[in-house]
Parts: sequence; structure tokens; C-alpha cells
Amino acid sequence: MLMNLILKGFESFGEYLLLLRRSFTGLLRFRLYWELWTFESIKIGRDSLFLVTIISLFTGAVTTVQTAYQIVSPFIPKSTIGAIVSTSAILELAPTITSLVLAGRVGSNIASQIGSMRVSEQIDALEVMGINSATYLILPRLFGAIIFFPVLVIYSCFIIHVGGILAGMISGAVNPTQFVIGIRSFYEDFQIIFMLIKAFTFGFIISTVSAYQGYYVRGGALEVGNASTRAVVISSLMILVADYVLAQLLL
Amino acid sequence: MSQLRIEHISKWFGRQHVLHDISFTFQPGQVNMIIGPSGCGKTVLLKCIVGLITPEEGKVYFGDINFLDLSPEEKRNILRNLGMLFQSSALFDSMTVGENVAFPLRVFTQQSEAEIQDRVAYCLERVGLAGTQEKYPAQLSGGMKRRVGLARAIALNPQYLFCDEPNSGLDPLTARRIDELIQELTEEFHTTTVVVTHDLKSVMDMGQRILFLYEGRAEWQGSKEDMLREIAALPSNLQAFLKASGLVRA
Ligand SMILES: Nc1ncnc2c1ncn2[C@@H]1O[C@H](COP(=O)(O)OP(=O)(O)OP(=O)(O)O)[C@@H](O)[C@H]1O
Ligand SMILES: [Mg+2]
Repeated sequence: MLMNLILKGFESFGEYLLLLRRSFTGLLRFRLYWELWTFESIKIGRDSLFLVTIISLFTGAVTTVQTAYQIVSPFIPKSTIGAIVSTSAILELAPTITSLVLAGRVGSNIASQIGSMRVSEQIDALEVMGINSATYLILPRLFGAIIFFPVLVIYSCFIIHVGGILAGMISGAVNPTQFVIGIRSFYEDFQIIFMLIKAFTFGFIISTVSAYQGYYVRGGALEVGNASTRAVVISSLMILVADYVLAQLLL
Repeated sequence: MSQLRIEHISKWFGRQHVLHDISFTFQPGQVNMIIGPSGCGKTVLLKCIVGLITPEEGKVYFGDINFLDLSPEEKRNILRNLGMLFQSSALFDSMTVGENVAFPLRVFTQQSEAEIQDRVAYCLERVGLAGTQEKYPAQLSGGMKRRVGLARAIALNPQYLFCDEPNSGLDPLTARRIDELIQELTEEFHTTTVVVTHDLKSVMDMGQRILFLYEGRAEWQGSKEDMLREIAALPSNLQAFLKASGLVRA
């Protein structure tokens, strides 16, 4: 039983890798992908901006208030709150929370779009025209994600800081000047690079895992729904694993 | 290279033996018809020919080349000479009708936007849907989708044209117009046309070579004239099939 499950896992992973390789062959004309890429990127940005803004704002605010609550000693300067909030935002909160949110939004979208093209034979129609459907469907979404995830994560990181500063001000826990002093005291350029590596990796995971789930749907509308749920669950899990692995490797 | 020949095609789905050792030669410049009752394997056979389903056994020759031996890239080069109308139409539902028909032109030709729009208008007009460019597939009836599918299939003037049930679900007038169109295109461009149908009226109208499938077996093949000349000599299931349609005397 367990053995079967493990074998099935390996089989799916192999299938996933083969699909990835296939999506890098048989490119058609550049303009076509450029248009698709722009379209997918705009969609990723437009669909996620509002959600990312709200979640980042509150994450920043809550982290600030809770950190302030934990720092009771009068010997610790208030600016420490800013330092802690900022470092967590850059290293963990912005890339991971944004990506988990986007796994739900972008991932399910990719899986259901590609899945419904599968069950309504649109993918077959592409193949019969002599078009490599894997390349055509996956590549623009992959590039849309790995380029726009970092952008959204930078944006989210900025908003988390805004949320933190606002919450510090409103609650009276820390004033903006101290907060900024805190941010500066711990900042290193590498943290930003680390954040971008995470964003890039998570974008890759979400777009390819979801595309894989959609691409191999068999059946009808019901299976498309299942694939879309699976895309969200599996890419979220993989994000958490990758998050840990990257922290181990790079920090 | 436009002759199409299949040899000893066999296909299983799990334990179900869907196609049994089917061989047939499709003639260029003619409408070749695959007929037979629902579920006998017509669509599966068509998909085996165009490479969407891989048969366990058999060969598919486009000219002298066995399609099944080719690499994916070589297969795609052959597929670019081929148009296919799916039973489910398979229109791209994120694109308008006009974009659907323009799609193969955009991908495979260097034509200007004006040339593409001309060609799209021409193809849509030939299927009787002039002026529907801006509509989305979701706004069309089943029969209209079928016709857009046909317009898309003929956009590139393919050497091989495959139509899976081109006129099921259409009113008799439109159905005959589609039959006429398929026949005209076949003669005009000397295409090798393969039409899958269980509509015997179509067979009478435009069929030239006929392959009769019954439970996955090629029960009978020959020209339409052969078929109609001596009905009593045909296999009994084909006789029953013909008689049930009311087109030949019981
Ligand atoms: N992907 C598949 N997996 C398993 N079985 C299949 C698959 N596709 C078709 N079949 C089976 O193969 C048989 C032939 O199906 P096919 O679609 O070719 O019938 P058909 O002759 O086109 O019928 P119709 O005229 O109703 O379209 C059916 O019994 C069907 O259940
Ligand atoms: Mg069929």
C-alpha cells in the first residue's frame, strides 16, 4: 500500500520532469510566445495585486504588534521591533506568504484552464495542428510566474513594512523613526537576494506543478475541479519543503 | 505524397479490444468515408491516424513514410499539412471565432493581418457563418461550432482533411451544404479527405470510398457503387445498417 503510493509518487514526478523537458522543445515563433507571456503576466499581476496588498498589510501589522508584545524588557531598544519585523518580512513572510496565497489563486487558475482545454480536446486540436501543446501552454505561464513572482514579492515586502510602521504608530509600540533605524541596523544585501531566489523558486513550483496537474487531466469537468484542488495542495506543500531546503542551503 | 494508407491497425484500451487489424487505403482527391454504428471505433481510428492515440500494432503511411516511426518534430511537420474537425469541435474557447480560424494562419504563415482577415472571412463564408468573427464559442450553437471547426480545419488549405461527424446535429439543409463544401474542397485542392459519419445521406451524397466498421472490425470496404450494386451480397450487419437508414429498400 505504502510502497504503491511511493512508486506512484515517483512515477508522477518522472512524468512531471518529462513534461517540463517537452515544454522546452519545438518552439514556434517568438512573437506568439511574447504575446502569450505578456497576457499571462498581466493576468498574474492583476489577479493577485489586491489580495497580496491586503494580506501583506495585515501581516506586517500583526507581526509588529506581536513582536512588541514579546519584547517587554526596558533594556531592549524599541528599534529592535523594526529589525525583527523587517528581517522576517524579507526572509520569510513576503516570499512565503505571497507564494502560498498565489498558489491558491494562480495555481488553481493554471490547472483549471489547462485542464479544461484537455477535456474539451483543445489540446488535441493544438497537437493535430503540429503545435507542441506543452511548450505552447506551459512556457508562457512559467515565464510569467518566474518573472512576476519576484516583482509581487518585492511589492509585498514593501507593504509589510508599511503595515508594520502603521501598526507601530497606531498602537504606540514603536514610532516610525525607531522602526526605520531598526530596519537599517540588521539589513544586508544578501537578504534581498535570498528573498528573490525564494520568489523565483516558488513561482517555478506553482506554475509547473499546476500546469502538470491540468495537462494530464482525464475525464470531465469534475476531474478538472479535482486537478485544480490538487494543484493548490501539492504546490503549497512543495513551497514549504523548498522554503526549508533553501533556508538550510543558503543561510 | 498525399496517399494515405493504414495497415493492420490494432488498438486496446486496457482489456477492451477496440480496433481489430484494420487496413485501408484512402484515395487522394476523393471523399473517403468511415461508417458504422455508434461506439464501433470510428473516432478512435481517426485519432490513431493523426497520432493522438498510439495503436499497439500497425502502420500509418502518409505517402511512403510510416508516421508512427517518426520523431515528434517530424510528426509535426506532417501534421502541418493536415486539417481536422473534431466531433466535439474543440474550438479554443478563450478566443473569438475569428481568432480561432486565424490561429493556424498566425502560427504557420507569414501573412499580413489584412491577408489573414481576408482568409478568415472567406473560410467563414464558405461554412455559412459570414460575419461571426467577433463571437465567442460559448455564444454559438453546437452546429455553428462544428462549422467554425471546419473553417479552422480548412484555413491552411490542408492536403489531408479529417472530419469527425461534420454534420451530426445540423438541420438537413445546412448538413447538405457542409457535405457539398467538403466535396468541393476535396475536388478543388485534390485533398485526401476522410469523413467519419453514421449519416447515410452523407454517404449517398459525397462518399466515394467506404470503410464499414462494426465492433472494431473492418467488415467491408469498397466504392459506393460497389456497395449499392448488390446489396444482398454485403455482410448482413452492413445490410441492416443500410436498411435501417431507409435509404435502401428493406
Ligand atoms: N480514451 C478512451 N479510453 C478508453 N476507452 C475508449 C477511449 N476512447 C474510446 N474508447 C472506447 O472505444 C470504443 C469506440 O469509441 P469511438 O469513440 O471510436 O466510437 P465511435 O465509433 O466514434 O462512436 P460515435 O459514432 O458515437 O462517435 C468505445 O467503446 C469507447 O468506450
Ligand atoms: Mg465518434
